Amino acid sequence: MATESKASGDFVSNLGKIYGYYTGGFFLFVVLLAILEQMGVPNKIIGYLFVFLTLAVYAFIGIITRTMQVGEYYVAGRRVPAFYNGMATGADWMSGASFVGMAGTLYALGYDGLAFVLGWTGGYVLVAVLIAPYLRKFGAYTVPDFLSERFGGNFARFIGVVVLICCSFTYVTAQIYATGIIASRFLGIDFQVAVFVGLIGILICSMLGGMKAVTWTQVAQYIVLIVAYLIPVVVLSTQKYGLPIPQLTYGQALQDITAREGQMIATGLADAKSLKPHLTPFLNYDPLNYFGLILCLMVGTASLPHILMRYFTTPSVREARKSVAWSLFFIFLLYFTAPAYAAFAKLEVYNNVIGQTLASLPQWVYTYGNIGLVKICGVDATTVDAIRDACAKLVGYTGDMASFVHQLRHQDFAINNDVVVISTPEIAGMPYVISGLVAAGGLAAALSTADGLLLAIANALSHDIYYKMIDRNAPTGRRLVIARVLLILVALAAAMTARTKPADILSMVAWAFSLAAAGLFPALVLGVWWKRANSAGAVLGMIAGFGVCLYYLVGTRYFAPHFYETWSFLSHASADAAAKYQELKAAYASAADEAAKTAAWAALDKHAQSIATWWGVKNISAALFGLPVGFAVMWIVSLLTPAPSQELQDMIDNIRRPRGDMVLAEKT
Amino acid sequence: MNETERHWSRTKGLMWAMLIIWLIFGYGIHYFVKQLNEIVIAGFPLGFYMAAQGSLIVFVLMLFFFASRQDAIDRDSGMAED
Repeated sequence: MATESKASGDFVSNLGKIYGYYTGGFFLFVVLLAILEQMGVPNKIIGYLFVFLTLAVYAFIGIITRTMQVGEYYVAGRRVPAFYNGMATGADWMSGASFVGMAGTLYALGYDGLAFVLGWTGGYVLVAVLIAPYLRKFGAYTVPDFLSERFGGNFARFIGVVVLICCSFTYVTAQIYATGIIASRFLGIDFQVAVFVGLIGILICSMLGGMKAVTWTQVAQYIVLIVAYLIPVVVLSTQKYGLPIPQLTYGQALQDITAREGQMIATGLADAKSLKPHLTPFLNYDPLNYFGLILCLMVGTASLPHILMRYFTTPSVREARKSVAWSLFFIFLLYFTAPAYAAFAKLEVYNNVIGQTLASLPQWVYTYGNIGLVKICGVDATTVDAIRDACAKLVGYTGDMASFVHQLRHQDFAINNDVVVISTPEIAGMPYVISGLVAAGGLAAALSTADGLLLAIANALSHDIYYKMIDRNAPTGRRLVIARVLLILVALAAAMTARTKPADILSMVAWAFSLAAAGLFPALVLGVWWKRANSAGAVLGMIAGFGVCLYYLVGTRYFAPHFYETWSFLSHASADAAAKYQELKAAYASAADEAAKTAAWAALDKHAQSIATWWGVKNISAALFGLPVGFAVMWIVSLLTPAPSQELQDMIDNIRRPRGDMVLAEKT
Repeated sequence: MNETERHWSRTKGLMWAMLIIWLIFGYGIHYFVKQLNEIVIAGFPLGFYMAAQGSLIVFVLMLFFFASRQDAIDRDSGMAED
């Protein structure tokens, strides 16, 4: 035991050296693969080498950091310095979707997409100022640990676990799905198999060493993902503007985009109705939804258990605070680069795709058209002939096909969000090795987030449900075995769900933020900042906030016509939209047979989803209702019921001052 | 006022100051995006720039400031670790 802790002490004191060598080794590896590519090694082999060698490194770290100590398994022995915990949090936070899809969202939504950039960074201010240092001083293993101790026992703990699982499970499913997509797209493995390759990668990193192993692999994964994200766009910026700082040079691209937008409308290449200028605010979200979304994402960030638990691993309260600052810095590096990707990609499309004749489209259009990510005139851009037929049909051309010339219009072209990042190396004419690097980066992003989420879920089940609620006397060995068995079971369940490619699950990821915000934020914040908050208030507040949020999400998405009719007086529907609803409803009532009824219902449901709202708030921002309800209920009920005991109030004083021992110390 | 209360009231003061800066840069200035967009620097309309980079830089800097300021408060009141 003594040698083991000495060994890991050495590890921690040599972190700079270890990760320095690792980063250097990674660059060397990229250079080596570039040389292999020049020597004629096929792209497929390069891709395989990239993915499997990075996976092997993560697995190696996962295995050497294995542990049989409870404190190391749950909170990495509380020995992770602020700087490295910041990197690990960065990898934990930035998902496969952030890495691959964020720039695409900005491409599609222009200014309005920046709600995600602001929301996913500003939340860390709340984490640092309101929550993380206090939970660190408290000394919990999990977020429900704190709820239980502060709010009178296992009922509060249980509700915490329910909220945690609701917001983390859909999220982890989406991560495993993302690993499957990335592996299948770059390696050509079948998606169903790729999901399980990803699953093994995730389990090897987390199973043997719990939080300790996940921490040190996440640091390694952060380095891979940030290098992979920055290199293509830095090269692109240097090529086009002679300056390797894309974050500065894309200002010029923004001006060019705006000029080109005016030109396209003037020459009839785009119609003013469908083209949404990149820089103009509030075209996709009105201000209410824009600011509402920012709030939900920020507060959600500050409530997601897999993020909060990262700050349980620092050596001190002081380090926990610094660590949040480092986390945000490392996250910032990616998020302030994403808009540059979006701008460069948009300029490329506007200059070299729109307005070109079908015969002269750039090659990348077909590369991604062949895997269904680029559509032209409504069909996948697989070959020149295929899109020529489709475009001729679209404009009603009936003459001789050979003499059909069509200048591609803005409205003819559709691109999947993911293409923006993955196509950049190709657009900039970089060697394939850079594409392999991007794949490895996307995989690192998805794996690291999946690890953090899985651990959050499995720890809640093993520590909160099994150890704290079922068997308080379980010996250490059994607790750790149970923790690992649950980890595997949760991972398998998520992988089985991901295999079915559930479209709904993927769109539900955005719900996680609202659910976490409404369910956990009031209890966490008032638990620290308001001594008067008591257990009845917290329990009812959590149930009410979470309930309202869930009702709004499910109601507006799955029971839209019913929701609209119940709440039509709160809907923002215009007179026209309301009339159209009645029309569709009548059509449904009078539909003759089963088939017609199904079709009429689908139309009715689709229309109802656009008007089933309270004051026009989109369902992604459901916490706009859940959050105030949660706060209000917690406040009122707390005031109506007796104040917490003196003992509990002393405990709150204790977590407010960094000096002294943790409140909850593991008794071993 | 004893040391515990003094420490907590200074901590609360810092907390409110941080939340006000957060409100201004998370929401306040973006409300004026259209007016700010009239100013263009190096190709960036200022309103767009603030949402894409400016506010993010403020968030990062304020968290480092917060960490050191809170630490100073803790040390001053004898509430710091070690």
